[in-house]
Amino acid sequence: MSGYRLASGGFVDRSSPLGFVFNETPFTGFSGDTLASALIASGVDTIARSLKYHRPRGIVAAGVEEPNAYVRLVKPHDEPNVLATTLPLIEGLEAASQNCWPTVDFDLGATADTLHALLPAGFFYKTFMSPPAGWPWYARMIRRAAGVGKAPRRTANIKVERRYAHCDVLVVGAGPAGLMAALTASGAGIRVALVDCEQKAGGALRNWRASIDGDDAQRWVDRAIHELDANERVMRLPSTTINGYHDHGFLTGIERDPFRRERLWKIRARHVILATGAFERPLLFPGNDTPGVMLLSAVQTYAHRYGVAAGRRVVIITNHSGAYRSACDLRDAGVHVAAVIDLRGEVSGRLFDDVAMRGIEVIPGQTILAVHGRLRATAITVAPLAQLSARRTIDCDLVAMAGGRQPTLHLHSQSGGDIEHDESLDCFVPGKAAQKSMTAGSVNGHDDLTMCLREGVEAGNAIVKALGGTHRDMAIPHCLFAGPLDLLSVGELPNPRDDRIFVDFQSDVTTVDIRLGHREGYSSIEHAKRYTTAGMGIDQGKTASTNTAFVLAAANRASPAAIGLSNMRPPFAPLAFGAIAGREIGELVRPTRATPITMWHVANGAVMFESGANWRRPGYYPRTHETMTAAVRRECLAVREAVGIYDSSPLGKIEVQGPDAAVFLDRIYASRISGLAIGRGRYALMLREDGRLFDDGVVFRISSDRYWLTTTTGNTDAIIAWLEFHLQCVWPLRAFITVVSAQWANVVICGPRARELMSIAGTSVPLDRGDFPFMSVRTGVIGGLEARVFRVSFTGELSYEINVRASEGLLLWERLIRCGSSLGLIPIGSEANHVLRIEKGYISIGHEVDGMTTPFDLGLARFVAMDKADFIGKRSLHSDLLGDAPRRELVGLLTDDPSIVLPEGAQIIDTSSAHACGFVTSAVASPALGRSIALALIAGGRARLSSQLWVTLAKGETLARVVEPGFIDPNGERVRA
Amino acid sequence: MHYSLFTLARNALTGHRHWPRAWASPPLASAYDVVVIGGGGHGLATAYYLARNHDPGQIAVIEKGWIGGGNTGRNTAVVRSNYLRDVSIRFQDAALRLWPDVSRELNFNVMMSPRGQMEIVQTWAKLRDARRRMHAMRLEGVDYRLVAPDEVYRRIPILNRDPNMRLPVLGGAWQGRAGIVRHDAVAWGFARAADALGVHIIQNCEVTGIVRDGTRVTGVRTTQGDIQVKKIAVAVAGHASHLAAMAGLRLPIETVPLQAFVSEPLKPVLDCVVTAPALGIYLSQSDKGELVVGGGPDGYGSYAQRGSWHVIEDIVTSLVELFPTLGRVKLMRQWAGVIDLAYDTSPIVSKADVDGLYFSTGWGSGGFKAIPIAGREFADLIATNRPSDLIAPFSLDRFSSARLVVETAGASNRM
Repeated sequence: MSGYRLASGGFVDRSSPLGFVFNETPFTGFSGDTLASALIASGVDTIARSLKYHRPRGIVAAGVEEPNAYVRLVKPHDEPNVLATTLPLIEGLEAASQNCWPTVDFDLGATADTLHALLPAGFFYKTFMSPPAGWPWYARMIRRAAGVGKAPRRTANIKVERRYAHCDVLVVGAGPAGLMAALTASGAGIRVALVDCEQKAGGALRNWRASIDGDDAQRWVDRAIHELDANERVMRLPSTTINGYHDHGFLTGIERDPFRRERLWKIRARHVILATGAFERPLLFPGNDTPGVMLLSAVQTYAHRYGVAAGRRVVIITNHSGAYRSACDLRDAGVHVAAVIDLRGEVSGRLFDDVAMRGIEVIPGQTILAVHGRLRATAITVAPLAQLSARRTIDCDLVAMAGGRQPTLHLHSQSGGDIEHDESLDCFVPGKAAQKSMTAGSVNGHDDLTMCLREGVEAGNAIVKALGGTHRDMAIPHCLFAGPLDLLSVGELPNPRDDRIFVDFQSDVTTVDIRLGHREGYSSIEHAKRYTTAGMGIDQGKTASTNTAFVLAAANRASPAAIGLSNMRPPFAPLAFGAIAGREIGELVRPTRATPITMWHVANGAVMFESGANWRRPGYYPRTHETMTAAVRRECLAVREAVGIYDSSPLGKIEVQGPDAAVFLDRIYASRISGLAIGRGRYALMLREDGRLFDDGVVFRISSDRYWLTTTTGNTDAIIAWLEFHLQCVWPLRAFITVVSAQWANVVICGPRARELMSIAGTSVPLDRGDFPFMSVRTGVIGGLEARVFRVSFTGELSYEINVRASEGLLLWERLIRCGSSLGLIPIGSEANHVLRIEKGYISIGHEVDGMTTPFDLGLARFVAMDKADFIGKRSLHSDLLGDAPRRELVGLLTDDPSIVLPEGAQIIDTSSAHACGFVTSAVASPALGRSIALALIAGGRARLSSQLWVTLAKGETLARVVEPGFIDPNGERVRA
Repeated sequence: MHYSLFTLARNALTGHRHWPRAWASPPLASAYDVVVIGGGGHGLATAYYLARNHDPGQIAVIEKGWIGGGNTGRNTAVVRSNYLRDVSIRFQDAALRLWPDVSRELNFNVMMSPRGQMEIVQTWAKLRDARRRMHAMRLEGVDYRLVAPDEVYRRIPILNRDPNMRLPVLGGAWQGRAGIVRHDAVAWGFARAADALGVHIIQNCEVTGIVRDGTRVTGVRTTQGDIQVKKIAVAVAGHASHLAAMAGLRLPIETVPLQAFVSEPLKPVLDCVVTAPALGIYLSQSDKGELVVGGGPDGYGSYAQRGSWHVIEDIVTSLVELFPTLGRVKLMRQWAGVIDLAYDTSPIVSKADVDGLYFSTGWGSGGFKAIPIAGREFADLIATNRPSDLIAPFSLDRFSSARLVVETAGASNRM
């Protein structure tokens, strides 16, 4: 019980206490607290257990870089791995430690720690290999031990949405540099977006008693925010974490209103200023993972933001002068700082005097050899670096480490920017930018407020200049210069007792692990990361990455510059899947497309089927108590004997026009298009370069330079892309593509009585087969509606495809339904359509066409104009013609037992060789023939006509006879009727 | 040093200070009999099997970065053999049969976990595809089973149970022997085993040129110096066409980004590998507890190992739709590789038209699972100059003779 609430200070509202529960114990915090600050103020020390060894872990940092304080949120909703240091406290909040049992203070999992000698980095690569089938068993054990939080059982009631923004310059970070940059740029009339992950602006200025222009820095921040908010060209996004810096100035971020709403922001910025600040580097001394060892910046942050002392007796260990200023600052805030251990030698001067004046002991040239205490530091052993045996114990309950800067380079790195190592600052700093971005402030590695402000102005002015504005002379606010850091470069500190020194607190990676990996050849930083798992935890190594590189560099006897940092991948901080998905789930995951007639189908009991490209269409229209089989049979017979009506509106419809339209289509299609008379159409095949069928459809010539194409519904988007690609990138022809799929409702009436129906409905298009023959198009009026009518057929019956304006589709449908009642007209669905086309032997993309079939395989040679100068796929068809092995050809199959409907995909076995020779592409029970029929692709199929083959069934096999692939009306008299 | 629990315990006594290097780091020699370009799983496995099964002389694997840093370290580590074409099924299943023995073969635990793969069927078209694949696989003696929704839900308890789901669960297709493997370990394990057989593994060595003497290759230029060679085996992803161009060849290959991401580590919540083709997503849970999620490639050519955000957004949307309770689980890390897609989406394991030059490339999004078998058969081809029956269908001449092996069936109008 070490932390406590200071008598005053902080931005918390002490008049507004909030009750919360942690590990089933009730506590009280204040409005303005984070869960972490409230826990520290309540004296909670151990908050988590580490991943591998289950060692007790306390809070180390005060922000997003925190490696340990991932807790399970229980209320208001269930969520694993929530970061306590960024979670605002609310009344009734409940949270718990993870990865421990039975409690975080007494965790049986910690037995792993006693076995740690057997569990070095990568131990699992070296063992668990026998018995041969043993791994799955070991894997189960390892899986149970691995993982941190538990996936929630229920969904959370959090509003999620996606928002978009555009700006001239996006400033990431509203600390001193970011604010100055935003002020400079916005003052020049530039559209600025200023984003900060915290609700309140100011960044690191809020973590210590800073003063700007002789005034409290917070007041300067407030004035800056006031000015920015008054400027309508500035968009400020507080509580928003930029997570990804993608190509072309595209950034993604998440705005959090915890427990209520998360917004995914997608921002396109012409320029980006990264004022992302820096983290503090932990130091590598024995016992550095004990609860009660914290970053010095975090101790300051808890004191200044939340009025919380993280310990009653603080000892600081540092390698630079900045820590002296922090020591004074902490003491002035009311935190008892006992000593500053300085790894450097002699110290004197003003800083020393300031510290000494406050009664803080300075211990130069010494290091920490041990941290005592298990669940909380109680004392430390220190010794001079020059004489490690001269030990001394100091009582303290908090060790504050200040190991120098660790700039937040994530976004710079994600954007493709280089990372360099700065010798004098001894840290990794941004190198050359890859996009239109620059960095300003302490992200550049320094620790000087004046420089932060100046770099902000310079960055702002650079943008002003780049956008053609006038340079703004901004006064740099006056602040006290803290003096140089005089930082001593240190890596792993002396460790005479060979204790473990932790580099990655969350993943339990020690300096020994990194050296072991190096010894075994995992010397590249990326190998080290993967082999030891350093930086692979939920925190993605924000406090570990620099130290990993430094330890590896020392092992390699190389400079950190030669080692570098491992790749920083998005996101900067984890973000919820739900927030990324937004509202585009449920019925919006793949929004369905409805035809103008869909409502009618649903109202009339149709069972709706998915039909490609997110269209839904009627599968069949069952009557009361009618099975699917019976309904489909009824619908099929209606088409064969009377007339059916089918909503074919989802069909892909494309108009191609222009002087070169015919030339273009001649190259696109294997069939000849250019010879078509106006008003006539043709079944046409589209091939890929390899001569394989891509799509089939009809092409009609509407007028001299205007053509109408239909495509397979599910293929439409691919075909549009295909046409556009060839037009824009391959052949610069004068032809234009317009997609009109949704502009036309397409109603098909098919069956021997279709003409009678047309006549009853009343039409101006000729009905005589001589005036309006098969494969032609007429425009006219039908049922009082303007229409374009095609005589094409997919069922093998006399058919009219009537296209009207989409807005009149339902009207047409209802009129035709009314007119057809005396003719036995019924609506038919896609299932009946499927049966009817198989009876006719027509192919369908996805059944007979599977990416390997050529037109010749399908018996469609008459639709391939090999004498055309060229078309896509022609050359490949030539090589096919030269091939000698028999190709799979489309044939019909009739089972010996007419009641057996073959499974689609069933393999066909050659009776003589017992080898597979093909497969069933489509099979149905045909109502018209009163037996099962099938289409199949069989090697040398046409040569096998009338022979018998075996077909495999789910169980056993059956005999079938090879026949022509058309089961009704082989001469096509009905379609031409 | 042999890896075992015993040696682990013995080394624990000495603070793990005496483990030898997993693979040596010899200087680049001036001549090799065989140079394998590409230190990923494929290149290292090829070198290993060449050294183990043949006698080709001195072998080097040269890698421009660190071994396993390309697609071997970027893929989602799924192994399975549910393919459509007979030649693909035979080849991929031979790989799947090898995987369980790889750890002991290499004395390096690659953590092959045959947890099974469930393909969730959500449209009638996909059901037909799955059924056709099942029949085709059964004919090759490969297990693949269509299962009812009950079994799908039993094996994937966190799957969306809303009966009004936009794309309802119609059933599933199950392959029990499929699973996941620790991807980095595959590169490291093959590297260590190849090194033990005398293969030189040279990292940070980029190829800058291939030297030809008329119809045969004679040398490789690298950033570490020039090498004389008898044979060159190219086993790279992303830059195969680039390397082919150095030898004056063109490959029928397009290079596109493929992305993946992982969630924060969770306690076990998903046992099998799940694919949902109708929503364009696949995932599994790693032994570490992260959900490893992938989808289709980005739709444009690129050599940058970065993808577009909208693709991630699309995959995540599918993820939350399928598993609504994962809505508050977080995306932790996202990355991309670049994949080489041959025209017919099948791999190219072949001699080139230049003597002494061989390619194992065009693995698309499915190269990882084939590593052991591809390495073995490719090594065989390099040593004997004759493709085995397993890889003969994947030779380069299939593009001129139009004997393509198309694995992506055409779209359907009746889903």
